[in-house]
Amino acid sequence: MTDVSAPQTKKRTAFQALELDTRLLGMIGAFLVICIVFNVMTDGRFLTPRNIFNLTIQTVSVAIMATGMVFVIVTRHIDLAVGALLATCSAFMAMLQARYLPDLFGLGLGHPMIPWITIAAGLLLGTLIGAFQGWLVGYLTIPAFIVTLGGLLVWRNVAWYQTSGQTIGPLDPTFTKFGGINGTLGATWSWVFGLAAVAWAIYAMWSARRAKLAHDFPVKPVWAEVTLGAIIAAGILGFIGILNAYEIPSRRLERMFEVRGEIMPEGFSASYGLPISVLLLIGVAVVMTLVAQRTRLGRYIFATGGNPDAAELSGINTRMLTVKVFAIMGALCALSAVVASARLTNHSNDIGTLDELRVIAAAVIGGTALAGGIGTIYGAILGALIMQSLQSGMAMVGVDAPLQNIVVGTVLVAAVLIDTIYRKKTGGR
Amino acid sequence: MTPLCEMRDISISFGGIRAVDGVSIHVNPGEVVGLLGHNGAGKSTLIKILSGAYKADSGEIYVEGQKANISSPRDARRYNIETIYQTLALADNLDAASNLFLGRELTNWAGFVDDDRMEAETRKIMARLNPNFRKLKEPVSALSGGQRQSVAIARAVYFNAKILIMDEPTAALGVHETQMVADLIQELKKQGLGIFLISHDTREMLELCDRVSVMKNGRLIGTERVEDVTEDDILSMIIMGKKPDQAA
Repeated sequence: MTDVSAPQTKKRTAFQALELDTRLLGMIGAFLVICIVFNVMTDGRFLTPRNIFNLTIQTVSVAIMATGMVFVIVTRHIDLAVGALLATCSAFMAMLQARYLPDLFGLGLGHPMIPWITIAAGLLLGTLIGAFQGWLVGYLTIPAFIVTLGGLLVWRNVAWYQTSGQTIGPLDPTFTKFGGINGTLGATWSWVFGLAAVAWAIYAMWSARRAKLAHDFPVKPVWAEVTLGAIIAAGILGFIGILNAYEIPSRRLERMFEVRGEIMPEGFSASYGLPISVLLLIGVAVVMTLVAQRTRLGRYIFATGGNPDAAELSGINTRMLTVKVFAIMGALCALSAVVASARLTNHSNDIGTLDELRVIAAAVIGGTALAGGIGTIYGAILGALIMQSLQSGMAMVGVDAPLQNIVVGTVLVAAVLIDTIYRKKTGGR
Repeated sequence: MTPLCEMRDISISFGGIRAVDGVSIHVNPGEVVGLLGHNGAGKSTLIKILSGAYKADSGEIYVEGQKANISSPRDARRYNIETIYQTLALADNLDAASNLFLGRELTNWAGFVDDDRMEAETRKIMARLNPNFRKLKEPVSALSGGQRQSVAIARAVYFNAKILIMDEPTAALGVHETQMVADLIQELKKQGLGIFLISHDTREMLELCDRVSVMKNGRLIGTERVEDVTEDDILSMIIMGKKPDQAA
């Protein structure tokens, strides 16, 4: 940790030369500790490829929404309606693909356009509802807490009303590919994706360095860049390797061959590889990070969170900004609805219940400050991962359900406390 | 000579209270006009109408003789009117470059904000305004009052302001930094800018300004050339709300 008020000295330790985000390191450290402790307590069942695969696909839905919640909280608002909005979108998409499109529009069950029309319509609905809530907050200046508290009740029950409380399913087979285990890339394409990601990461580091040199800015020493690049590459490829190590059970493979009218060769094996839902999350993370760091919209979101008056006096339309932030949140809720309902292969009435709390907790554990102006996308995703590992780890260990929630609640408060102390020590940010 | 900027017969009310009542002021190129008065006299409100933060109920604004339509800060910027606010109006969580370019970010070919270019431009202008300024990567909350003030001033200077509004520019500053701002005002005057300056410090105003306008309870008491009045005259205008000749 460097003291920001002290004059910068030329001499730096090797560790400082890496210019790592100590906060991020702390979170990764906490995550690793959780993993190792649970792994010991479950006699090595926690860190198996199978459990890591499951953990990943269970995290996706909350993590996608948490990235949007970062923007909402950074602009000093809150969204309590995300779980309910997810349910409304999920119900709408379930009804659309199972009832409206086949019956009313006569497309017929299994028509290849059904999943795509459904997803597009669902995303549109989520965006519109989000924008509407944003309009209530931004233009009619009703506090976001109230608008979304009302929204929590309204959208939860709009979902109920749409389906009359029934479970709708099974969902379209293509649609369910976005849920996790039903749609994976397989070993080869997972490796291709991993290598492409490594190449892209290295290119991004290289071009950032070149841009800095072009302006005569100070850059990290070459060895530091190489070390960082190696760590990132090892992380990406290691993750792909673990997912690829989870093999499809041979019974299931046999059935897949039977469906195609073939007989499975002796000793044949295949991996699930990278789930499409995780690809979606990675896509969302990249886009949201780009928006946050490299677009005017992102700059205005953070400026408004830091000082709403300054933003307004600088000519930023903070009302419209609020609408946009909530619209993004709504779109991400709809995307999460696709993932969540596809994972369960049906829409159930209680889908997304209490998700608002998980999402807010993920964003806050990930370092988003409720006072506004501060937060990162990767932090929120890591926060979601930490929450999910705690929850499923305790379930595996056999902790009683009430105790599980007591622990999660305590961790949330403790995480914010540690963050507050950390910020005071590093110069009040 | 046409004034660089003229506000004619401006009035605005908030909930039945006339915060500004039929006030007219103007500034010529290369001139500094001071606005004096008690808290709540209407100085800041008047100036916020010019900077687009408020919209006047009645009255007109002319920039270089042309009627100007200012209803938002963005409009004001289009007329090259830049404002340095009393509260500094910086986003504390962002760095100097992001604040300098806030609302007018430089972008690259793909439409993404170009942080490197903005940082390079910030370095250039800061080298001119405040050579000791080094903390380019820190959020401005980590800066001293003077450094924050230089960011605010740099914002106005960088975008070629013609009319500069400074609301209590030295209120948060030490002696050395106040002198820095005073030097800068002289420099900008030479470049032909028109400056509206708001301050409580009567003596400082008499040093920095060419003319001073005194306001009380939303009304303009009078505008005097600084050579023609003493500090006591101004004080009596502020307190009594009367011109010196009437006060006698």
